[in-house]
Amino acid sequence: MPKDHGIGASSKRREDVRFLTGKGVYTDDMAMQGQVHAVMVRSTVAHGKIVSIDTSGALEMPGVLAVFTGEDFVEVGGNPAGWLIHSRNGEPMREPKRPVLAHGKVRHVGDAYAAVIAETYAQAKDAAEAVAAAAQIAELPAIIDMKTAVADSSNRVHDEIPDNVCFDWGWVEDNRAAVDAAMKAAPHVTTLELVNNRLVPNAIEPRASIGEYFPGTGNYKLTTTSQNPHMTQLLISAFVLGIPEHKLTVVAPDVGGGFGSKIYHYGEEALVLAASKKLGRPVAWTAERSESFLSDAHGRDHVTKIEVGATLDGEILAFRTETLANVGAYLSNFATVTPTFLHGTVMAGPYKVPHVYVNLKTVFTNTAPVDAYRGAGRPEATYSLERVVDKMARELKLDPIEVRRKNLLTPDQFPYTTPVAVIYDTGNYQATLEKSLELADYDGFGARAADSAKRGKLRGIGLSTWVEACGLAPSHLVGVLGARVGLYDAATVRVNATGSLSVMVGAHSHGQGHETVFAQIVADKLGIPEENIDIVHGDTSKVPFGMGTYGSRSLAVCGSAVTKAVDKIIAKGKKIAAHMLEAAEGDIVFENGSFSVAGTDKSKSFGEIAFSAYVPHNYPLETLEPGLEETAFYDPGNFTYPAGAYLCEVEVDPETGKVEVVNFTCADDFGNVMNPMIVEGQVHGGVAQGIGQAIIEQTSYDADGQLLSGSYMEYAMPRADDMPMFTVDHSCVTPCTHNPLGAKGCGEAGAIGSPPAVVNAVIDALQRGGYTHVTHVDMPLTPSRVWQAMQG
Amino acid sequence: MYNFEFTKPTTIADAVAALKADEAQALGGGQTLLPTMKQRLAAPSSLVSLTAIPEMQGVCMSDANEVCVGGATPHASVAIHAATMFPALAALANRIGDPAVRNRGTVGGSLANNDPSACYPAAALGTGATIKTNTREIAADDYFQGMFTTALEDGEIITEVRFPVPEKANYQKFVQPASRFALVGVFVAKYADGARVAVTGASSDGVFRWAEAEAALSADFSAGALAGLAVPGGDMISDLHGSGEYRAHLVKVMTGRAVTAAA
Amino acid sequence: MTKVTMTVNGKSVSADSEARTLLSEFLREGLRLTGTHVGCDTSQCGACVVHVDGLAVKSCTVLAQDVAGAEVRTIEGMANADGSLGVIQQAFQDHHGLQCGFCTPGMVMTAASLLKDNPKPTEHEVREYLEGNICRCTGYHNIVKAIMAASGQDVSAIAAE
Repeated sequence: MPKDHGIGASSKRREDVRFLTGKGVYTDDMAMQGQVHAVMVRSTVAHGKIVSIDTSGALEMPGVLAVFTGEDFVEVGGNPAGWLIHSRNGEPMREPKRPVLAHGKVRHVGDAYAAVIAETYAQAKDAAEAVAAAAQIAELPAIIDMKTAVADSSNRVHDEIPDNVCFDWGWVEDNRAAVDAAMKAAPHVTTLELVNNRLVPNAIEPRASIGEYFPGTGNYKLTTTSQNPHMTQLLISAFVLGIPEHKLTVVAPDVGGGFGSKIYHYGEEALVLAASKKLGRPVAWTAERSESFLSDAHGRDHVTKIEVGATLDGEILAFRTETLANVGAYLSNFATVTPTFLHGTVMAGPYKVPHVYVNLKTVFTNTAPVDAYRGAGRPEATYSLERVVDKMARELKLDPIEVRRKNLLTPDQFPYTTPVAVIYDTGNYQATLEKSLELADYDGFGARAADSAKRGKLRGIGLSTWVEACGLAPSHLVGVLGARVGLYDAATVRVNATGSLSVMVGAHSHGQGHETVFAQIVADKLGIPEENIDIVHGDTSKVPFGMGTYGSRSLAVCGSAVTKAVDKIIAKGKKIAAHMLEAAEGDIVFENGSFSVAGTDKSKSFGEIAFSAYVPHNYPLETLEPGLEETAFYDPGNFTYPAGAYLCEVEVDPETGKVEVVNFTCADDFGNVMNPMIVEGQVHGGVAQGIGQAIIEQTSYDADGQLLSGSYMEYAMPRADDMPMFTVDHSCVTPCTHNPLGAKGCGEAGAIGSPPAVVNAVIDALQRGGYTHVTHVDMPLTPSRVWQAMQG
Repeated sequence: MYNFEFTKPTTIADAVAALKADEAQALGGGQTLLPTMKQRLAAPSSLVSLTAIPEMQGVCMSDANEVCVGGATPHASVAIHAATMFPALAALANRIGDPAVRNRGTVGGSLANNDPSACYPAAALGTGATIKTNTREIAADDYFQGMFTTALEDGEIITEVRFPVPEKANYQKFVQPASRFALVGVFVAKYADGARVAVTGASSDGVFRWAEAEAALSADFSAGALAGLAVPGGDMISDLHGSGEYRAHLVKVMTGRAVTAAA
Repeated sequence: MTKVTMTVNGKSVSADSEARTLLSEFLREGLRLTGTHVGCDTSQCGACVVHVDGLAVKSCTVLAQDVAGAEVRTIEGMANADGSLGVIQQAFQDHHGLQCGFCTPGMVMTAASLLKDNPKPTEHEVREYLEGNICRCTGYHNIVKAIMAASGQDVSAIAAE
């Protein structure tokens, strides 16, 4: 019998009511009193020297209040990278300043070098056009292709970085010689060169920010589309504008999707704050979709050579990779951790492989910054691994499923220390593999393929077995690795005098349903109705310092903080109850929402305890403070390691090359699940993004650095008719061993596990269809690419 | 977008008069023009809406066995009202854009714009339609003059399009995955005096007739009749969604499928 | 500026409008009905879909003055008279057909238009009809399911998936 409330119940989402009735309040929905409008002036060339920006004409135009250029921000700090990575030779990464507005040079199409503030949006837009017309920018040769960028030191994105390389990283560098030796000794080596295609995140709500300055107090407020308002506050205060942290509030209200792109602090946020102070008016900026394409942080963009050494019967002996990872024109906040510690640390996959070495160079180019996008590093690792393992199986004429069965770690091997220096605490990879085969009716594939053939289609099936690492932690370890922040999270549970609760959390919901799930957890622990609990998030003036939502961390990290804070409430409640019931504290038990004396019928309800805490007439004031409010910070002991097996079935139209995903089956191990409905929704969305990456999403810059796929007319977003119904399962549970909920995280899994399953399925279809020369096609597998590959 | 004057006349005569203003432009459903203006790629000084002119609305059959569509008739209306008169035309209209776009976009707007990837030009050329304007009637073969170029004079309004109803017809659209416009679209129609094949999406010259296929199909209206033919790839559009060679290949595949579906 | 009057969600309303004012801007800025969202500038994403005289349109690609006098219905007018969720809205909540909520108003308006024309659509028909509405969160599975459920069809067969 499914639960109908509390942990494990598919509680309907409370936030839905406002979203379904048009009462959600997103940043652009607000209209502050006296608000004026900012429009950014963006570079139309990929690389250029700013000769002059004449703003005088624009300043004369109707409604124009101010024009800002890079000159205005020379004195303030740069927007930093969140991780300091060291190269193999021990040198620190090259870290060019990322200014609020471009100064000296523009470095990608869409790089903002000026901003116009006017009474109306249309006036600002008109004046921005005038600024652009009057700006002299001397175009320089664009640096787009990574291999050329690395090889040609005469052309530099940043003048001080000769080879356009940010760092050259090895993981684990000490493994290198042993891996080389293992590869040399391996009876069989399969090599695959592949591209992990650049993606544009495309949250449907474009980025938007409103800056306000209150002269009476000297306080600032930034309302912005952020996944982690506290980090934005910290970056603006400590690094960029220097506004004292206690004078700046950052609010992320309803946010329309993020997928990583709204983790980062962007220049527009600093701009609207600076402008609001200068003008004494609220300043609002909202991106047009074309600006989002040009200026949101993109994702992926790796070029990789991966090798697997194996025995002739398919036992994996070693993995070795060499990767060029594009970081674009500037380092976005997570740009250096994404291709390194979120990628190299899962390069052993779910396999018992003794030798793994990862080499990766990050490269500056004249393109939009690249940063974490749903999955962030782990999809790139998983794609490389699962493609090369599949190719190896094919080369050795082995069943790809048998190769997985042979190499997957077995349950008795946990905890397992991988050769890439992480410890998988728990897992059962056989269980999810077998579950996926069962749910996908793997044995019935032959009959389905025959049916497809009757309709002139080639059917294929592809598998991906994967493990990922979520909830980056613990802080002292990540500090050693180069993190410039901690990676805990926080929650405050405030019990009101009447027994209702306000729970302030450091995570931020932009679609994940925290308002529902965190309430379920608290209700379950306290035995009170969910509707008595309000979840507050996204306002730095209300919630404790949290790190926000990304990396599938909210439940495992912030949910654990919530749990710990609730535990503190219960502990204090017991003290109050002991006093009121005239019993020893050790004899008080808390169950089903009431505190009672063990073995008696004496009890106090949760509400009575709450009331007593605030009206402490009968209360142990000598030993206990009044009030019932507790905060907990939780710093995890390890990553969590969700894992699973995905099976994809495709039909390929041999005449057109069009790929249709007809079945997609997911068997996931997310540890304990709080709300199955929400978990399944997260998997659906992740898989859709993975299928999108695999078959249609293509970000293309031409040699001059113009973005060819800069609108929905050219960048293919998955639509309803591109997707099948998904079969998802999360019944294989190995609870996380080190957090109080036993939860692992589910937000990114779909996007991590699915692309290789799709591509493996397409290769399978082509191989079965007689196109045996096709061993690889780079994503996205658009009709034209598949058709071209079939032509040989 | 830049601002402009807006008028919404109720007769063709008033619309023609309004379009005499400097830099005036006709506005059909606006599904292409308004996005273009939002990007500031077009800046007419005045827009003349054609959607309130009763005589430019509706679908009917003529005595000459033509489906007559008022120039300002939205695609959704054609999809419904031409369904029994000319199912292939209705099906084409029913796959332009998406439902909301079909409720606004008009046949006249589509033909006046002559986007090289639009669907209606294939239907007009594939049926040898007559494009009727406020001043004259233009045969489809004379009307299309390269991408975004037509025989229309400044200020001339498409008031009606007359599509001769064929014995058999079908439109096959292979969509560009982002815009959902035609990467290649082929309209095939069989008339008593021969077959017509019009191709959209593929050529840098815009919609065109594939003469060799027409000849082959006029002799034998079956997919097999296309066997030996090849579409020259030289004039084909090449972009991130497909090479010219791929488009040329698709033209043949889609033509074959259209013939099979029509037969 | 011209004063434009239309009927929105059953009420006659007026607001100043330039010729270039889009219906989406008229609703959001003129009337402060911000449930209608704008997610793109090429008429693709569908977050802005409203009904004009009973037909679904993309309000970001319609001039306000071009629909003066029309009957407009927005997401704010979709709940029952007593304020409870309408059938489609309730199905979206019941079947988790939304996550971040940004595309949701357009999805609901498009779904309403579909079910008016086709009271019992197949899964394929639902997916085709949603061609002009992009959702980045849900993968569409639960949106399709919600719309089919709202049409009164049994979705239990896909409920476990």
